[in-house]
Amino acid sequence: MSAIIDFCGPWWPWVRMLLFLVGTAAFAGLNAAYLVWCERKIAAFVQRRPGPMEVGPQGLLQPIADAAKLLAKQMLTPPAVDTILYRIAPVAMIIPALMCFVVLPYGDALMPTRIDLGLLVVFALSAFNVISLMLAGWSSNNKYAIISSARVVSQNVAYEIPMLLTIVTVILVTGTTDLGTIVGQQGGWFWNWNILRGIWTLANPLVPISFLIFFICMLAETNRAPFDLAEAESELVAGSFTEYSSMGFGLFFMAEYVNIVVGCSLATVIFLGGWQTGLGNLLSFLPDWAAAFVGLGAFFAKLYAMIFVVMWIRWTFPRTQFYGLLNLSWKVLIPVALFTLLLSSILVKLPNLF
Amino acid sequence: MGYFSEIYQGAKSLVIGMRISLDQFLKNFRGDYNTPYPHKTLPIPERYRGHIIFTNDEAGKSLCIACKSCERACPSACILVEGEKKEGEKKKSATLFELNYTTCSLCGACVEVCPTDALTFSKRYNLANTSKAVYAKIDLIKDLENRMQKK
Repeated sequence: MSAIIDFCGPWWPWVRMLLFLVGTAAFAGLNAAYLVWCERKIAAFVQRRPGPMEVGPQGLLQPIADAAKLLAKQMLTPPAVDTILYRIAPVAMIIPALMCFVVLPYGDALMPTRIDLGLLVVFALSAFNVISLMLAGWSSNNKYAIISSARVVSQNVAYEIPMLLTIVTVILVTGTTDLGTIVGQQGGWFWNWNILRGIWTLANPLVPISFLIFFICMLAETNRAPFDLAEAESELVAGSFTEYSSMGFGLFFMAEYVNIVVGCSLATVIFLGGWQTGLGNLLSFLPDWAAAFVGLGAFFAKLYAMIFVVMWIRWTFPRTQFYGLLNLSWKVLIPVALFTLLLSSILVKLPNLF
Repeated sequence: MGYFSEIYQGAKSLVIGMRISLDQFLKNFRGDYNTPYPHKTLPIPERYRGHIIFTNDEAGKSLCIACKSCERACPSACILVEGEKKEGEKKKSATLFELNYTTCSLCGACVEVCPTDALTFSKRYNLANTSKAVYAKIDLIKDLENRMQKK
């Protein structure tokens, strides 16, 4: 490793940036492709079918066939659309999703950039997909798309609030928004992870509920079932994506899965200890490079377990009604999140008073 | 219902739902999923009614004596039988037995009425063709010959 750094000399920061750029792009692309395969397999298994089986062993080449098909299709621009916004929307959807990877830490050394406001950057960028979906719906000049974009805006506004409130409760405990430091604090045994630490340090005994709220909001923010009112294929054709064809649609589809990866990574980093294995010093005999790999493995295990739960939920529950969706946010999630915030801030500040 | 009991009941029902779908999910790993149809098929039930075919004796010949009972019994007039007594044989035998499967209602009157049990239901369910004419004239005699040759 150090030999490579020496060889690159002053060019090393640029080489490093290029490596991370290629790496994250490949990671996001592969995830988008193969999470579709996982999704189809899980859907099939829940419904007791074998799922995709024809293209390659266990249908493993199916995503490649799908991508080839989407790329080969003509990209239509319907005459009534607002051409510029219509073209910008899918790109504006995928770019913020990919940019979130800039601050997501996948390992001690696997951080593209380490900035103090990492957590805030992720939220700022992931809030952007509301605008993209709204642009897509508006520029399509199609009644289904416009209904969908109206829904997206009110849904995302409603769920942004409890999500940020739970994050504030966590920040009160961690005292930093630097994602690397947040993970660093959760080292040692698994009860040091934020999801359990608040209970025994009495900083926030309701932190598992905070995690649940965060998870529900993450589902709503990424427009996943049972909150996928933006797409709602049974009532709104395909919602905002109705008029899109070829890779225009493909980008939205990719962005959905990239957003899931970002959301689940964030949940892993904030609540589940990121790359910490949670096994205390049992693995301290490993050399540094092996420990790094084990950490990466731990991160991916947590990440994909969460993604599995996301898919499991999608194929278990039917889509909620819009009133139910907003009621859940304004009547349940926001009051509970506010209560945990209050409780947590009291418990954090209480020892300082005496 | 109170605010908290509503949340509790809702959460409980979600957990029950997720447990059920996980049960179904895990059953697949024991190979317990539905039949991938074109590659594997389920056994056809004993009493399945496909279009009628000839039964055969040990020599592979049809038992039909061309009595035309089936032709008369058929409510949709989709059977056409002609027969003659060939030299050296005791009984008549069919020289023409055509089934118009496009109008057949699979009522089974022909199978019931047959005095020699020469007719039975086949188990053919995956019939398909681009031309209707193929099923308007199914030649049962030729069909029996083909089956015997395959054996």
